[in-house]
Amino acid sequence: MASNSLAYNEQAGAGETAELGQEAAATMSPSGAFGLFSSDLKKNEDLKQMLESNKDSAKLDAMKRIVGMIAKGRNASELFPAVVKNVASKNIEIKKLVYVYLVRYAEEQQDLALLSISTFQRALKDPNQLIRASALRVLSSIRVPIIVPIMMLAIKDASADLSPYVRKNAAHAIQKLYSLDPEQKEMLIEVIEKLLKDKSTLVAGSVVMAFEEVCPERIDLIHKNYRKLCNLLVDVEEWGQVVIIHMLTRYARTQFVSPWKEDGGAEDSEKNFYESDDEQREGTERRKKPYAMDPDHRLLIRNTKPLLQSRNAAVVMAVAQLYWHISPKSEAGVISKSLVRLLRSNREVQYIVLQNIATMSIQRKGMFEPYLKSFYVRSTDPTMIKTLKLEILTNLANEANVSTLLREFQTYVRSQDKQFAAATIQTVGRCASSISEVSDSCLSGLVCLLSSRDEVVVAESVVVIKKLLQMRPAQHGEIIKHMAKLLDSITVPVARASILWLIGENCERVPKIAPDVLRKMAKSFTSEDDLVKLQILNLGAKLYLTNSKQTKLLTQYILNLGKYDQNYDIRDRTRFIRQLIVPNEKSGALSKYAKKIFLAQKPAPLLESPFKDRDHFQLGTLSHTLNTKAAGYLELSNWPEVAPDPSVRNVEVVELQTKEWTPAGKAKKENPAKKFYSESEEEEDSSDSSSESESESGSGSEEEADSSEDSSASSPSEQEGESASESEGRSKRTAKKSWKTRAKSDSEDEEKENEKSKSSDSSSAESSSAEESSSDAESESESDSGPDSRKVTKEKEGRPKQARSTLPKDVSLLDLDDFNSVSTPVALPTPVLSPSLRADLEGLNLSTTSSVINVSSPVFVPMKTHVLLHRMSGKGLAAHYFFPRQPCIFGAKMVSVQITLNNTTDQKIENIHVGEKKLPAGMQMHAFSPVDSLEPEGSVTVSMGIDFCDSTQTASFQLCTKDDCFSVNIQPPVGELLLPVAMSEKDFKKEQGMLTGMNETSALIVATPQDFTPSVILQKVVNVANVGAVPSGQDHLHRFAARTVHSGSLMLVTVELKEGSTAQLIINTEKTVIGSVLLRELKPVLSQG
Amino acid sequence: MIHSLFLINCSGDIFLEKHWKSVVSQSVCDYFFEAQEKAADVENVPPVISTPHHYLISIYRDKLFFVSVIQTEVPPLFVIEFLHRVADTFQDYFGECSEAAIKDNVVIVYELLEEMLDNGFPLATESNILKELIKPPTILRSVVNSITGSSNVGDTLPTGQLSNIPWRRAGVKYTNNEAYFDVVEEIDAIIDKSGSTVFAEIQGVIDACIKLSGMPDLSLSFMNPRLLDDVSFHPCIRFKRWESERVLSFIPPDGNFRLISYRVSSQNLVAIPVYVKHNISFKENSSCGRFDVTIGPKQNMGKTVEGITVTVHMPKVVLNMNLTPTQGSYTFDPVTKVLTWDVGKITPQKLPSLKGLVNLQSGAPKPEENPSLNIQFKIQQLAISGLKVNRLDMYGEKYKPFKGVKYVTKAGKFQVRT
Repeated sequence: MASNSLAYNEQAGAGETAELGQEAAATMSPSGAFGLFSSDLKKNEDLKQMLESNKDSAKLDAMKRIVGMIAKGRNASELFPAVVKNVASKNIEIKKLVYVYLVRYAEEQQDLALLSISTFQRALKDPNQLIRASALRVLSSIRVPIIVPIMMLAIKDASADLSPYVRKNAAHAIQKLYSLDPEQKEMLIEVIEKLLKDKSTLVAGSVVMAFEEVCPERIDLIHKNYRKLCNLLVDVEEWGQVVIIHMLTRYARTQFVSPWKEDGGAEDSEKNFYESDDEQREGTERRKKPYAMDPDHRLLIRNTKPLLQSRNAAVVMAVAQLYWHISPKSEAGVISKSLVRLLRSNREVQYIVLQNIATMSIQRKGMFEPYLKSFYVRSTDPTMIKTLKLEILTNLANEANVSTLLREFQTYVRSQDKQFAAATIQTVGRCASSISEVSDSCLSGLVCLLSSRDEVVVAESVVVIKKLLQMRPAQHGEIIKHMAKLLDSITVPVARASILWLIGENCERVPKIAPDVLRKMAKSFTSEDDLVKLQILNLGAKLYLTNSKQTKLLTQYILNLGKYDQNYDIRDRTRFIRQLIVPNEKSGALSKYAKKIFLAQKPAPLLESPFKDRDHFQLGTLSHTLNTKAAGYLELSNWPEVAPDPSVRNVEVVELQTKEWTPAGKAKKENPAKKFYSESEEEEDSSDSSSESESESGSGSEEEADSSEDSSASSPSEQEGESASESEGRSKRTAKKSWKTRAKSDSEDEEKENEKSKSSDSSSAESSSAEESSSDAESESESDSGPDSRKVTKEKEGRPKQARSTLPKDVSLLDLDDFNSVSTPVALPTPVLSPSLRADLEGLNLSTTSSVINVSSPVFVPMKTHVLLHRMSGKGLAAHYFFPRQPCIFGAKMVSVQITLNNTTDQKIENIHVGEKKLPAGMQMHAFSPVDSLEPEGSVTVSMGIDFCDSTQTASFQLCTKDDCFSVNIQPPVGELLLPVAMSEKDFKKEQGMLTGMNETSALIVATPQDFTPSVILQKVVNVANVGAVPSGQDHLHRFAARTVHSGSLMLVTVELKEGSTAQLIINTEKTVIGSVLLRELKPVLSQG
Repeated sequence: MIHSLFLINCSGDIFLEKHWKSVVSQSVCDYFFEAQEKAADVENVPPVISTPHHYLISIYRDKLFFVSVIQTEVPPLFVIEFLHRVADTFQDYFGECSEAAIKDNVVIVYELLEEMLDNGFPLATESNILKELIKPPTILRSVVNSITGSSNVGDTLPTGQLSNIPWRRAGVKYTNNEAYFDVVEEIDAIIDKSGSTVFAEIQGVIDACIKLSGMPDLSLSFMNPRLLDDVSFHPCIRFKRWESERVLSFIPPDGNFRLISYRVSSQNLVAIPVYVKHNISFKENSSCGRFDVTIGPKQNMGKTVEGITVTVHMPKVVLNMNLTPTQGSYTFDPVTKVLTWDVGKITPQKLPSLKGLVNLQSGAPKPEENPSLNIQFKIQQLAISGLKVNRLDMYGEKYKPFKGVKYVTKAGKFQVRT
């Protein structure tokens, strides 16, 4: 029981549910007898119970405690089965915590993790975008290789999702999948390519991140998106900005020529006022070749500039490195101010920024010189910051400011932070060596420091003085003597070694002192550091050669000591020296040159910045900070000699033109599916878009003329339709049959596409047979089915989105086929799993079929108006009407009509209202509310609703004013009797299958290929009729769906492109009359060149 | 990008870990501890450490280390900035970013980390979005939650996440509509022994507290915008307007936020509001020294200088200090050797001073350098640069907001060398 109570205490600490824990434990106290190890086991036992309880609060508490365990790094994996059960919990917090748990342990418990997959698949279809996104996040975070295909599918779906948030998560998922299974690279690149085209700022950063991780070498994917990314950059969230800027820096270095050769030219508007001598030197090397910066290059530089003002240090740094690496040198000056600003930030940011400034300041001093004082050191700075600042100060030192700097250094040398003081001394040495004017004063200053009380300072001074003296082999006998005296007091080995070396080198200048020093050192030889011993040997050798009279014995003594030293380096050196300098019979020819060997002129050491070699790394990278190549570092390429073709970045204006057009979205979204099959999609794209822009302007007006013509022709056909009602049963049967053939031909078409074979003989033959059977079944009785309840979105904004929303389903459908055929042998090794997988996949399909066919908002509203009453015949009152294609507010079966009344007289027209109505049977009309008065030159728009009973019969009524009545007619074009519906391709096929035979009408169209691009077709069709586009997986099939306003019967329009410049226009509907009228209207429109 | 995150307290306990990709063992932190040992104090632990398989990027905040594990190349500032953002968020949620607060709210911390990063890439870092996703803990809410069983996790996507103004949520409503701006300027200076200014600079920020309903569109203009030399903006500010008209135009986030931070151009001379007379000396061969510091006002533009504190890091050999202040109180910590003198207000009639003896370790050599004095002060109702807000206009909403601007000048990194 002791262990038991121990467990309780722990629980009480871990969660807020002490009582619950106690309660649970009380029921199982017997198990406490198991002793020590049972406590842990037991605790989990009670968590399990809580998880299995049916109270959400208990579950939540249990999950909270488990998360607490995970956070502490304790193992909670054995609870896996109990936790996974709650994955479908209704409580969102439990769910989230389960996700946390799942992601943490799925890798360890792969089999059990699979239990949760179907929940996520369901959630992927949730109407709530947050749930879809988080399902995708968790699904893709479960690192279980077996679900790779499912993840792939989910990513593809999500990448076409309506919500940019979900698409953003899809971009993240790409990286996860890639790290799980690099084999998927090709498929993922396709998704990346699609997402790169995305215009949402939310997605941009994440997809570029995915690009960098998966395929940074595919720079060609960026071309078309380059300008868009540049323009979006400012609006992207800050983290995305960093990634995009780094990527664009690399891109720019491969695509543009160097702006550095020709610098400060004519286009140099923002010339720096502090151009240093450094840059002027470059200026003289200028070549005379004119350099013009690529406008795209300029675009990038210009668009990143505002980001220097970002509050995020990483963004500022990213822009700074971009300017450093790709902008003309004279423009890079703008970054220094911003970088200096970052120095106010916390120490970590300072550290990185200072490192980068250090590298920059070596190459271009001028940039940071005005900010010299910002790098002054404070006593409270951490040492690492101090040394970096010192480094920069040294780099910035020049003749003009060195005296100020040296004064500043004097303060630093006395700093309590000895490490920093030592660094300062080295700095002074560097200043002295680089600026000759001050080297004497530096040297004397350093000599003063030799009398410092602190050993570290003295030692460092000695080392630096040694270097300085070596560089300037003038008469410095005094200094050397002074240093020789120091040998008595100083103990730091490096300093002692330095002094000895200095005396040895200059032994001829201090002939009296040198032998004495050697004598002293011989005494202490055994207790010296190895470093010092080596220098003693050297000193001995040099003195032996120059002054053998005084030092011969001493040297031999030292050599004897060295011979028996413990360190082999020293023994080695001893042997070498002895052979070289002591003449004996065995000594070779070398001994003659001993003096030359030992007393040769030695090159002076170069005092360099430790940041000298960092400039080959891209600034702001991890590699730069570490000064080694980090894993995954992408080299910044050198500027190309000749710029690659800049036209690859040209983007046709498609996107702009098609913006108000849903078809644009559709055409774009279809791309991935297209790509799937064809590889030359880019060319196709461009040809598409160019032709589109040509034909677009013409088509609108043509159709207007056309539709009015056709509406007059529609009335006779109607009578046909009313008479023929007996044939219904027969037509149903034939419908079934022909549906089968159709389906067959469809699938064959798909295969054709796959193989990219151009001939589609067989399929066209079959489908034409189907058409034959249906073409004579043109007429059918009008069966009025009750109007369905419709969900109608009123706002126009939602329009394009709605139409698009159906697309992902379509993509998934196609992919399913593909996935089954491709990956069955590979990715499904266990037979146990495959059925469940398939079930899951079927689940996906089912969910699409169950979706109700909803009325969607109109794709396009033609602004064409029709004359209702001419002002001449209306005594100055003119009336026009037009169809706004909005669902009518007066009744579900009515078509809404907007009437614009104009007063062209110079008097008020009062009380305009609808008078006597002369409507055909069944037709109804909701009149507009009377207009009390209409001012001269005034106009008013009123709306009314007319139920045309799905016929093109004329609605006649009287338009009355206070004084007069005018008879007017409204005759609807057949296309206005429809309401667009959104449905999936699958639903479309299903419905079409039920509407064959008599319900199908078709016609052959001939037109030029430009007229058969998806967008043109869509434009033309929606101009005539209020239909909704149905996503199509095939290029040559364009589908549109609508339902009649009155009866709600489906109206399915298919345009099937054939070989040559022909196409088959097929309309399937129960309302054969309207169908045939519509066919007649559509045919000329589509066939017009 | 970011693989894992470990939170480590000062005594070296890893008290929280979170992994966004495969689990990285805690043992990776050993490299960090090694580096920490090498560095004399916490401030000197290098932010970037390379280990055989990983890279560790860490920040030190509020006595905690945030150590992130990285596997591939990434801009280090990206990670550092993010980690600070995480710490800011904790601060925002729990009032403090301490070990106790994090341990108490471990579930919320976990939920936050889950939302902030996806696969190591930042997902939502905007505090207003996070607060809609995960509601901050309050006593009231925890009581309500325990009764009703409702959770503090939101189930709809925050509106900000999708809009192009992610910093503001829709449907903000207040009964009192207020907009307050605090112009806070800090003087960074180094004053040398003789009292002359080696380096001085003004760094300012404008912090805003905006409680306005709906979607207000504000524009703030200055009397003398040319003073602002280098400005960094909150993302809400329209850069183009600033460039062309020098007007801050923005749709503000809801609540407290930093609108801009700026530097006043170095061409302008900086008025130093205080002067310090000091005489610190250590006698050779004796175990004591003298300490005498007096502070006086200078160029204070008729405003009182208040909240003065002097902090001195005394040399290691100092054992104790025996001082008498004429005003305020002082403390000396013999362990850290930090002397703190809390002065308060300066009255020009009687200048505050602190005098007395310093006891040194006997036998040790006298310190070479005198310690420098770090001074803190505050002047209310004054922006030392002379920056003045001209007016604040609001568009887009009908009501009349209550507006206010407050100016404060403070000492930033203000150091007097002695």
